[in-house]
Amino acid sequence: MNAIMKLVMGDAQADRVVPPTGFTARLTLFASGAMAFLTVFALALSLASGRLAHRWGEELARSATIRISAPADQMAAQTEAALTVLRQTPGIASARALTDEEQSALLAPWFGADLPLDTLPMPRLIEVVEGYPPFDAQGLRLRLAAEVPGATLDDHTRWRKPLVDAAQSLRRLGWLSILLIGGAMAAMITLAAQAALAANHQVIEVLRLVGARDGYIALAFVRRFTIRAFIGAAVGVSLGLLGVMLLPSASDEGGFLTGLGFQGASWIWPILIPPLGAGMALLSTGAAARRTLRRLS
Amino acid sequence: MIELEQVAYSYGGGELLSDVSLRLNPGSFHFLTGPSGAGKTTVLKLCYGELQPTTGRIRAFETDMRALDRDQMALMRRRMGIVHQDCRFLDHLPVADNVALPLTVSGRDFAQESGNLSELLSWVGLSDRADARPPELSGGERQRAALARAVIMSPDIVLADEPTGNVDWDMSQRLLQLLIELNRMGKTVLIATHDLALIRAAKSQVQARVLRISNRRVQLAGADL
Repeated sequence: MNAIMKLVMGDAQADRVVPPTGFTARLTLFASGAMAFLTVFALALSLASGRLAHRWGEELARSATIRISAPADQMAAQTEAALTVLRQTPGIASARALTDEEQSALLAPWFGADLPLDTLPMPRLIEVVEGYPPFDAQGLRLRLAAEVPGATLDDHTRWRKPLVDAAQSLRRLGWLSILLIGGAMAAMITLAAQAALAANHQVIEVLRLVGARDGYIALAFVRRFTIRAFIGAAVGVSLGLLGVMLLPSASDEGGFLTGLGFQGASWIWPILIPPLGAGMALLSTGAAARRTLRRLS
Repeated sequence: MIELEQVAYSYGGGELLSDVSLRLNPGSFHFLTGPSGAGKTTVLKLCYGELQPTTGRIRAFETDMRALDRDQMALMRRRMGIVHQDCRFLDHLPVADNVALPLTVSGRDFAQESGNLSELLSWVGLSDRADARPPELSGGERQRAALARAVIMSPDIVLADEPTGNVDWDMSQRLLQLLIELNRMGKTVLIATHDLALIRAAKSQVQARVLRISNRRVQLAGADL
């Protein structure tokens, strides 16, 4: 705690001991700013993918469809039999057969609104809403096969899984990007710190000559780079958030792309970027300083 | 205070110093002389731990210097005032800050010491140059500033490497007077110099032991000095 206070409060005299370090200062500011900016977008992407995967998983997992394909004279009986089976199956909140109008509406995008449904051998669809705990899809399938030969259960797993997997992959990619961005930021700040330390080896020699401990010398450099990384990251995050806010707002029509952003508690993540960036700069510069001071001894 | 026991130092495959034994007692005044390249600066660097001997042992303030880690070495250097031939300043800081650098790095309260700093700058005749940057100083002013920096922590010993190397005779006498004054205050002084006139001038004012580096060894100089 004392060390953190010392780092934050600093020492005006000690800060002056290390000369202004030209391009390394600008490099640190730019690198941390650019990386923080990118991190905001990677975070937004990752969080949006996560929300999407959750929503798709939730919405689709809670519904299923039973298709009855039977000769016209058996259709009503098999539909009723299927509904009876569903009523007796635990884990089903509700089940109902779609009306002819609802089935026409489903087919309208492909065949037009004037589809004469009664002249076509159309299967009957039963909409099933899952309860909690969920029903046993495999058990239901077996019972339907035995009691309603024309019934086929589609619990959406076939096409829900790839969608959820894709969203999950996108989320993992987002987090991987954040890790890579963090690594690149640490590498750039380390390089900048090493360059600054190497350029100031004479300053280090003088400081040692007058009795400066390595910790004092390291802190003078580390503090400078940590503060710059924090300022750069704060600016980068501000610009990144501005960019995210300027994206079109979420809507059903816009789908995934317009849902890119932060909601509720997820706002904490971009706020954490500057202190995390500063922490990373503190660790990487500290390690670079210790290495360089060991080499110069 | 500082003791070198059978110290040898090799560099680049060649032996620069061999079997050097030297003892600097508290309050003593020493000159170390010899031709350029004889190893005067090396002896000083060995004394303040910038170099480690190849063989032999160096004790400073009753401690074997080999046993010190870098932090302990830093603490030990606070008890030594070192004047380099090239002064070694931080050019981006004004003279006053350079002189106060040992205070700054040791965490002493700068504000509380400002009186001492003014007094010290006045003692070395640099009161009016406190805000100047080191590159703006003349050779003599740089040496005096380096001396002021060396003594601001009130060290037990002052090690000066060619402190009059870049100044005229009058200035070298003035610097010598400052070093003699320090010795009268009880400080041990070791001056590495090739300036024999300076040594002769000092010997009339202070009881100084003159050591000469010859054939890689440190010997007591003859009566000619």
